[in-house]
Amino acid sequence: MYPENLKYSEEHEWLLEDNGIATIGITDFAVDSLGDIVFIELPDKGAQIKQFTTFGEVESVKAASEIYTPISGEIIEVNEKLETEPELLNNSPYEEGWLIKVKISDLSEIEKLMNSKDYENFVNNGN
Amino acid sequence: MNKNYQSTYTPNTPEIKKEMLKEIGVSSYEELFVDIPEKYRFPTLDLPAPTSEFDLKNEMSKLSNKNSTPGEFSSFIGAGAYRHFIPSVVRQITSRSEFMTSYTPYQPEVSQGTLQAHFEFQSMVCELTGMEAANAGMYDGATSAAEAALMACRINKNLTINIVDGVSPLYTDVIKTLTQASGIEIIQNDLNSVLKESHEPPACYVIQQPNFSGEIEDFSKLSEIAKLNNALLIVITEPMFLSMYKTPNHYGADIVVAEGQPFGVSLAYGGPYAGLFACKKQYLRQLPGRIVGETVDTDNEKGYVLTLQTREQHIKRDRATSNICTSVGLIALMATVYMALQGKVGLKYLSELCYHKAHYAADKLSKLNGFEVVNNNFFKEFTLKCPTSVKDINSYLHENKVIGGYDLSSESDNHMLLSFTEMNSKDEIDNFINLLAKIN
Amino acid sequence: MNKISKRKLLFDQSITGKVGTTMPSMDIPAQKLPDSSQLREELTMPEVSENEIVRYFSSISQMNFSIDHNFYPLGSCTMKYNPKLNDDIAALPGFNDIHPLQDTSTTQGALELMHHLQILLAEITGMAGTSLAPMAGAEAELAGMLMIRAYHRNREDFQRKKVIIPDSAHGTNPASAVMAGFEVVSIPTDKNGNTDLDALRSVVDDTTAGLMLTQPSTIGLFDTNIVEIVNIINENGGLIYGDGANLNAILGKVKPGEIGFDVIHSNLHKTFTQPHGGGGPGAGAVMVSQRLVEFLPDPIVTKIKDNFDLTKPSKSIGKMGAFHGNFGALVRAYAYIRTLGKEGINSISEDAVINANYLRTKLENTLDLPYNRICSHEVVFSAKTIKEKYGVNALDISKRLIDYNIHPPTMYFPLIVDEALLVEPTETESKETLDDFIYVIKQIVDEAKTDPELLHNAPHNTPNKRLNEALAARNPKLSWRDTQVSS
Repeated sequence: MYPENLKYSEEHEWLLEDNGIATIGITDFAVDSLGDIVFIELPDKGAQIKQFTTFGEVESVKAASEIYTPISGEIIEVNEKLETEPELLNNSPYEEGWLIKVKISDLSEIEKLMNSKDYENFVNNGN
Repeated sequence: MNKNYQSTYTPNTPEIKKEMLKEIGVSSYEELFVDIPEKYRFPTLDLPAPTSEFDLKNEMSKLSNKNSTPGEFSSFIGAGAYRHFIPSVVRQITSRSEFMTSYTPYQPEVSQGTLQAHFEFQSMVCELTGMEAANAGMYDGATSAAEAALMACRINKNLTINIVDGVSPLYTDVIKTLTQASGIEIIQNDLNSVLKESHEPPACYVIQQPNFSGEIEDFSKLSEIAKLNNALLIVITEPMFLSMYKTPNHYGADIVVAEGQPFGVSLAYGGPYAGLFACKKQYLRQLPGRIVGETVDTDNEKGYVLTLQTREQHIKRDRATSNICTSVGLIALMATVYMALQGKVGLKYLSELCYHKAHYAADKLSKLNGFEVVNNNFFKEFTLKCPTSVKDINSYLHENKVIGGYDLSSESDNHMLLSFTEMNSKDEIDNFINLLAKIN
Repeated sequence: MNKISKRKLLFDQSITGKVGTTMPSMDIPAQKLPDSSQLREELTMPEVSENEIVRYFSSISQMNFSIDHNFYPLGSCTMKYNPKLNDDIAALPGFNDIHPLQDTSTTQGALELMHHLQILLAEITGMAGTSLAPMAGAEAELAGMLMIRAYHRNREDFQRKKVIIPDSAHGTNPASAVMAGFEVVSIPTDKNGNTDLDALRSVVDDTTAGLMLTQPSTIGLFDTNIVEIVNIINENGGLIYGDGANLNAILGKVKPGEIGFDVIHSNLHKTFTQPHGGGGPGAGAVMVSQRLVEFLPDPIVTKIKDNFDLTKPSKSIGKMGAFHGNFGALVRAYAYIRTLGKEGINSISEDAVINANYLRTKLENTLDLPYNRICSHEVVFSAKTIKEKYGVNALDISKRLIDYNIHPPTMYFPLIVDEALLVEPTETESKETLDDFIYVIKQIVDEAKTDPELLHNAPHNTPNKRLNEALAARNPKLSWRDTQVSS
């Protein structure tokens, strides 16, 4: 149900690792529970972020939720399209709706994340 | 206690209530309050007996007559609240039950009247202030100024507010109250020292135009410094002034706030009033208060909703932009209807009329022995230096059915702040000047 | 009326040359105007004639529901009848036209009224002092929390940074606590709807400044552990802030001051009937125990011999607005209390609580009742079972109520109840109205079974169907000028 090539955090972020660079987004489960996304606040390029701390915020019409990074590192790219098209998060959470790209500072942190099966169980158990 | 008492506001008689209690399954209403600890349940209540409408109206009429009322007295006091004429339509429209007894428009399908009126209000406030975005209203001008300062601190992540001399002390007090617990440092200095002395950039400079003593100041240099320092320029102003003079965006305002009361709202001893709050669009996400936006419904028909609600306390709770939970809807509606009635021509005429009256009076007063008009450049309000204490002058004026100016003695002895509007007839003004002439 | 023209903004109706009102005459010689560089060139405002303006506002007003026209059982909002008498009294020239900065010797009537209102509110809540300065409930909350902060700081007890707030609280509570410089600690509600005492005990310590508590709570229940809660907080040196949003339920039945509350505010526009005006203005009196009197907001009205004056308490937290509070609202609240007097004030809570319990009893088999016990002035239902069975949620039921000319209850609040429908009938509704409401709810639940689409698409007869709130937020059009740019 959740893409198998991705890793997942308990705060419902996904991570795609490629050559030391992580692409980070939020899962369709999280997007669905928020509803229509209307605004996404992201930090600037160059910011340092630390695993499991907040780095941004996503808002729907009637809810606001903080976003936690699943990995530590330096933000090297921000999805600027989301500024004008926040609905990309609803329409394409795993592709066009990615949030940031991070140069990973410690690859071993990925071990603290879940694979798609574990994440599915995690979600089904009411989290 | 009168056991036979039945309030006119509660339609259920003792017999009906008995029936309802039976349905609920209790034998008396007292059983419905068992969750209150017995020790504290049903305390004595020392209140007066009920009063009939007839008796209360008489009593209140007498009580209200103990006040000296402008209208019966000629009045020259302003200092942030101004007596202007209110056309009948304002009261008639805002007394309609549909506007007066409806709730906050959280359910847009049954609140389009309120929402559309709010949208008109926001549109008018944008035009009046020259800013790009406005909210649906705040408590008053002073709290708007405080919220603007807090907003600047959030935007610039900087906890210093620079209040430039000339801001009403009444407003400065409120800014201090509302920021006292936020770790904010307030710097107060005069315009010259801001312009000349180097200083750490604050989150914002707060200025008032015209300033509290009525003077219209040149803020163009301050605007440059603000830009240089990446600080926001917050301008406190007045709607009748805006109707005639250049808007603050001409000297770089980022946020404009004003007391909306002069536009169709009664003095009512200080409230309820409505704060006007407008800003550049880039700061929208940090704007406090309610905002109405246009959208469409499922039939693609135009309609209005409360929008950007995630800023507000009912969603973000402890992370909200403010705790405010009102837009003083009915008062904002008064201002909206007022602006609609005056229109572009009326507002220009009225503001100029105020200008002429104030300048007519200033001209005459400046020729009086012992008096001096302190201002060089003013609109409808100016400071008068008097030969003796303002307290004494005002009590003498009061004996002659005149409410004098605002006593500025806490700042400078023998100075009073005088305000003139279309409500002050030539006869009134001449009489006031003649009374003052007799003082020396 | 044609729907399209009714929705046309005044700005779009504007035609150059139309005049909305007459102008006062210029009875003084014209003075020299300032240099044109100082003056504004253009002021864009609608140009519409007076009669058109009246028709415009009258017709858009008819798109509103209001208490005078509709049953409005909005939980936690106390939408009761607004007596017309109060508006007339507030409009007396001697109250309506006086200037806030007149010398107090010339406003003795206004000050006498405020002074008496201070006393009446202190008596009703069992507190020692009152300030009428806050201009709304949320501002009164802020005032209360600033007083608690000032109290601790005055004792040089600077470590008290934490304020405990139950998860059922209204959003203004945490927002006000943060504005007053506190960190918010949220605690859960137990399965009976009371404050979870173990959770409370586990977070209270010598850094606790106080507890913010709404009584009865937002789920319409009076906390049976109230004495215990007060003790836990007091033993640890904290103060109790009472949110008086639901004061209507306990008027004359319990005095928060006697239980040990240090602050309680009253939303005068709820309990003491200021018309809601489409979202304000309100007024928020704040009442305090003896130990907080010296910190009250500026001003309070004091009486010396036969003279009334505006006074700043010795250690006041300061001014809450430019002047002395929303006087027009205070007049209405005063007129209301005086009209009802002791007997009437006592009957409010009695009738409000009977009405709520009547609805609870009659609808307990129709909707879910998460807390099945005697309720206070409001009752929280849940549409959870109906949602699971028929795919119809609290929103759908609420929107369908509109088709029956009933205003929806408060939905999805409190946050701790799934598919919440918070119903507050108030004391001013008759049994007949409640019976109609019961009938309609049952009818709607039947419709949910047989024709869920009818509910999904509701309301059907309003000027607008359901509105696209996502579009409004993604592409904000917030003024007439915004609508010009994009079209």
